[in-house]
Amino acid sequence: MATPDSLLTEALDAIQDSSDEKSLESLRVHYIGKKGEVTAQLKALGQLPADERPAAGERINVVKRAIDAALAARKTAIVEQSLNAQLAAETIDVTLPGRRQNQGGLHPITQTIERISAIFAGSGYEVAEGPEIEDDYHNFEALNIPAHHPARAMHDTFYIDPATVLRTHTSPVQVRVMEGGSPPFKMICPGRVYRCDSDLTHTPMFHQVEGLLIDRDVSFADLKGTVIEFLQAYFEADLPVRFRPSYFPFTEPSAEVDMGCVSCGGKGCRICGHTGWLEVMGCGMVHPSVLEMSNIDPETHNGFAFGMGVERLAMLRYGVGDLRTYFENDLRFLQQFN
Amino acid sequence: MIFSESWLREFVDPGMATAELVETLTMAGLEVDGVTPAASQFSGIVVGRVESAEQHPDADKLSVCRVSDGTTEFQVVCGAPNVRAGLLVPFARVGAVLDGGDKPFKIKAAKLRGVESNGMLCSAEELGLAESSDGLLELPETLSLGADIRSALSLDDQLIELDLTPNRGDCLGMIGLAREVGVLARTQVNEIDYPTVKITTERKIPVATAAPDECPKYLGRVIENINIATPSPYWLQERLRRSGLRSIDPVVDVTNLMLLELGHPMHAFDADKLHGTVTARLAKEGEKLTLLDDREVVLDSATLLIADDTQGLAMAGIMGGLSSSVTSQTKSIFLECAFFSPLAIAGKARGYGLHTDASHRYERGVDYALQAGALERATALLLEIVGGDAGPVSTAIGNLPKTRQVRLKFANVKRLLGVDVPQAESVDILTRLGFVEESSDAEGIVFTVPSFRFDVSIEADLIEEIARVFGYNNLPETPGMTAQRLPRIPERIRPVAALKQRLVADGYQEAINYSFIDPELVSSVCPESQTVVLKNPISAEMSVMRPSILPGLLSTLSYNLNRQRERVRLFEEGLVFEKVAGEIKQTRCLAGLIYGSAEPINWNQPKKPVDFYDIKGIVESLANKGEHAEPVEFVKSEHPAMHSGQCAEVRFSGKCVGHLGAIHPRLQRQFGFASAAYLFELNTEALVTRQLPAASVLSRYPEVSRDLAIVVGVDTAAGDIAASIRANAGSDLTELTTFDVYDGAGVGEGKKSIAFGLTWQHPSRTLSDEEISAIITNCIKVLESDFKAELRI
Repeated sequence: MATPDSLLTEALDAIQDSSDEKSLESLRVHYIGKKGEVTAQLKALGQLPADERPAAGERINVVKRAIDAALAARKTAIVEQSLNAQLAAETIDVTLPGRRQNQGGLHPITQTIERISAIFAGSGYEVAEGPEIEDDYHNFEALNIPAHHPARAMHDTFYIDPATVLRTHTSPVQVRVMEGGSPPFKMICPGRVYRCDSDLTHTPMFHQVEGLLIDRDVSFADLKGTVIEFLQAYFEADLPVRFRPSYFPFTEPSAEVDMGCVSCGGKGCRICGHTGWLEVMGCGMVHPSVLEMSNIDPETHNGFAFGMGVERLAMLRYGVGDLRTYFENDLRFLQQFN
Repeated sequence: MIFSESWLREFVDPGMATAELVETLTMAGLEVDGVTPAASQFSGIVVGRVESAEQHPDADKLSVCRVSDGTTEFQVVCGAPNVRAGLLVPFARVGAVLDGGDKPFKIKAAKLRGVESNGMLCSAEELGLAESSDGLLELPETLSLGADIRSALSLDDQLIELDLTPNRGDCLGMIGLAREVGVLARTQVNEIDYPTVKITTERKIPVATAAPDECPKYLGRVIENINIATPSPYWLQERLRRSGLRSIDPVVDVTNLMLLELGHPMHAFDADKLHGTVTARLAKEGEKLTLLDDREVVLDSATLLIADDTQGLAMAGIMGGLSSSVTSQTKSIFLECAFFSPLAIAGKARGYGLHTDASHRYERGVDYALQAGALERATALLLEIVGGDAGPVSTAIGNLPKTRQVRLKFANVKRLLGVDVPQAESVDILTRLGFVEESSDAEGIVFTVPSFRFDVSIEADLIEEIARVFGYNNLPETPGMTAQRLPRIPERIRPVAALKQRLVADGYQEAINYSFIDPELVSSVCPESQTVVLKNPISAEMSVMRPSILPGLLSTLSYNLNRQRERVRLFEEGLVFEKVAGEIKQTRCLAGLIYGSAEPINWNQPKKPVDFYDIKGIVESLANKGEHAEPVEFVKSEHPAMHSGQCAEVRFSGKCVGHLGAIHPRLQRQFGFASAAYLFELNTEALVTRQLPAASVLSRYPEVSRDLAIVVGVDTAAGDIAASIRANAGSDLTELTTFDVYDGAGVGEGKKSIAFGLTWQHPSRTLSDEEISAIITNCIKVLESDFKAELRI
C-alpha cells in the first residue's frame, strides 16, 4: 500500500495536470471519495497498533485536506479560465447600429397645437373641436357678421352652396359650445380653417387655435394678462408684448397683439419687417351680441376671446421660412421635427 | 388708403415728427402699412423760366434754350418735346444733385452735339413725381423764379399708407383722419369751409327717391357752360397723385378730391343727356346697364339704381353708366351728392365683381349730414376751375338713419377694462371724437353718436373708444382668475394623440394634406364616393373635399419617392367629407401607408419588403380595445383602392370601421410605384373608444398547454379555424396563438398546415389531462366536419 505522502504527491500532480471540471471530479472520487484511496487508508487505520493510530490518522487527514484544497483551487482556476475563454469568444463590435424601427414623428403643426393645448390645459382650458364644413349661421351670423358686412371681405370664403362654407376660423366651435352649455366657459378650439387665398404668404388651408373665457366680471385686463402669459410660456422668454386697437365684428374692444421679434430681439430684421414687432394674435372682449345669440346674458356674464395662427407660431418657434413647406410633406422636412 | 402728411398737417398740427405720428396712428388702431417720400432725393433744383428755345443746329430733336433762374441766364440743351419760351420748369443748374437710383447724379457742364449746356430741365419722372413722363414738368406760373423746387412744390412730404379696418369708414377722408389725429394729439383741428355758391342759372333737374331706405338723401344740381378742356391746376393734380389717384379731367378730379378730403363720393352726369327726373330706385330684375368701363351688367332687384325717365344712369354708389357720362364734349353737368345706406351698397359691388373707391366708402358709411356742404364745396371749386353757372340744388329725402343715443355707465368702464379711467378723461375723449353729451346722472351719461360713426351703437363701442385713446398699453394686466374646476377626463375615450404616438413609435411620419383634392384622384382612388364640391375652388386640382385620406397619402408617397426616399411610412388624421342622402357627412379618420422594406436598412438582416401582415400588425395594435373587450374581427373584403386578394375590413362588434390592404395593382401602375404600398383607413371615433380596465383575481393553479397542428385546404381562412377552436375549447382557454403556417413539400397539393398553441387555466383547481384531451378531441371533430381538416401527424 502506498504511503499517504506518496499518495499526496501523486494526487497533487494529477490535479495540476487536470484541465476540466469533469476530470477534477473523477480525481476527487479517486482519492477522497467514499471508496477513494485516502478514504481506504483511513478505514485501514484500525489494523494499526493502537499507539500508532493517532499519528497515522493525523497524517492521513492532513493529506486529505491538502488534496481537497488543491481540488478547490484548481477548480477555481479552471472556471476562471473557461469564463475568460467564453468572454473572448463572444466579443462583438458594439459600435454597429442597433436593431429597431426608425423613429417616426408628428407634423410640426400637430406638435405646435399640442404645445399650445398643453399650456392652456395647465390652466384649466378644455379643448373643443367641430365641423370644418360649417353653415353660414355659425361661421358668420352668430359671430355678428351679417350678410354683406364689409368684414366678410376680410374672409375670402370657400363656398359649398350659398348657405354652407368651409369654416374661415375656428370661432364657430366656440358658438357651438356656448349654445350647448351654460357659463362659465374656458376652452380652446384648434383646427383646420380655410380661406380662398393662395400666394407666398397664404395657403388656402391653415390652422388656428382660438380661445374663449366666459365668466362673471372678466375684463380686458384679464385678457391682456392671459395673452402675455401665454406668449411668454409658449416662447419660453420674457418677450415684450403690445396691444393695438383693431376690429373684429365678434369682439368689442378688439386688439391685435404684437410681440417683440424673437429673431432680432426688437432691433429690426427681415423677419419682423424691420419694425422689431411681430403680429401674432388677434383678441378682444366678446361682443354682447355674440353672447346674446348664444343665449348668454351679457349683463351677468362676459369674457374674452383670442385667436392665433398655428403656422405662424411654428414658423417663429422653429425657423420655418416658407409657409408652403408645411403641406408638401417632404419627409426630409418633416423628419427635422422628430 | 394713402394720404399726404403735409395735407394732413394743413388740418391739424399734432406736434409730432413723422415717426411719432405713424406710431401714434398705429397704436390707436389706424394701422400704418408704409411710409414713402413724395419725391425722390434731389437738391439744388430751382424754378427756371425758358426765355427762348431754338432748334439745335446739328440735332433734330434737341433745342438750345436760354433759361433764367431769376438772376442769371444759362444756355441749356434740352430734348423734351414740350419745351417752349415762357414755360416755367424745374431747372437743375450745374452742381445740382439728382437721385440716380444707386448713387446720386451730379449735374455738370457738358457739350451736346457741339453746343454747350449748363444744366438740365427736368420732367416729373426725374423728380420722382411720376412713374413716367413724356416731357418737362410744366410748373404753375405763380411760382417765383429761382425758388428751390422742393419748398416751392412742398416736396418734403411723406405718403402714408393706412390699412383701415372696415369699421372706420369715417377715416376714409382727410377731415375724419384729422379729427382722429386731433383727439390723439389733444389739439385743435382746423374746420373746413363750406361756402354757399351763388346761383347764376335757373336750370334745374328734379330728383326723387323711390327707395327711401336705400337712398335716404339725394341732392343734385346743374352746372352749365363749363369749359371741360381746362386742365386741373397743378396743386389739384399733385394732391390726387399723392393720394394714389390719377388726374382725369377737372370734373372727375374735383369729385375725387371731395372723396379724399371729405370721404364723400360724388358723381357727375352730362346734364344734356338726362331726361326728366333723376330718381333713385331699385333696379328691375334683369335690367341692363353699361358701366363707365364699357362693361354691361345685368342687375338684380336688390341693386340700387339711379335712373331718369328713360333709362338707368348709374349703379348707385358704385359706378356711373356710360350713356350719361361726362366726356370732352360735355358743356353742362349734373352733380350728384347722395347718401346711400351702407346696407344698400354692402356686398353689391363685390357681387358684380366690382370694387370702387365710392363703394368702399358707401358700404362702410358716409356721413349723412354732409351732403349739402359737400355739394357746395365741390361746386365752388369746379366753378373756379372750369367756370360756368351753378343752378339751384334739387333735394329728395327718404328715411334717414335715426340718431343713435348710447348710455355710458361709468361702472362698466371699470368692469370691462379692469381700470378706473377718470370720468373727466372718458368724457373728454368721447367729446373730442364728436360724441355729444345728451343727459347725465350720477351713474353715467347718454351720448349722441355723430352722423359719421356707423360703428358705434352699444356701450361696449363707447368703452372701446375710451380704451383706444387712453391707450391699450396703459391698461393693467391681471392673471384672469376664475373658479377652479378640475378637468373631466373621459377614460373610455383614448386621446387621438395616443393613437398617433403608437404610429410614431412604429416609424410612421405624420403628414398634413389639403382637405380639397383633385377630382381625378378621387375617381381613381375612391370612385364610388359622393363628393362635396367647392363652388369657388383655388384651382380645378383642389376642387373637391376629400372623401378619404388615402388619395392625399398616395400623393405624398409619390412626392417622396420622386425625391429618392425608398422606405416610407406615413399617417394622417382628420376629417373626410361625403354626401350621404343629400346631407354632408364629416367623419374623422386615421389613415396610414407603408412602402419599401419592412425594417430600416440594417447590417445583419436581409431586406424584406413590407407585406400585408406588416400593415395588419399596426392596425391590430391601434384597434386593441382592452383586455375585456370583444375581439376585433378582420374579414376578407374589397375596397376600390385595394388588391381584391389582399384586403380586409375591420369590424368592431360586427360593424365595419375601416379597411386595410395592398394597393390595387391598377393604382400602383397609375402612380408608377415600383412595388406595392400597403394602406389602412379607420374611423377615428371607433378607434378611440375602449373598455374601462376591470381587474380579476389571478389563478393560483397551473396552466396547461397543448399544440394542435392540422392540414386544411389552402383557401381555408385561418381566422375561421381559430374562431372554431375558440368556440369549442371551453371557457378556461386563456390563450390561442397561431405559430406556424406551412404549405410546402409533404403537406399535399392544394393543402396547408396550420399549427395553434392553446393554453388553459382554471381559476380554482388544476385541470386534468383527461379534460384537456376531451376538449382537443372535440375541437378536432368539429374542424374535421366543418373544414375537412386532418390532424397533422
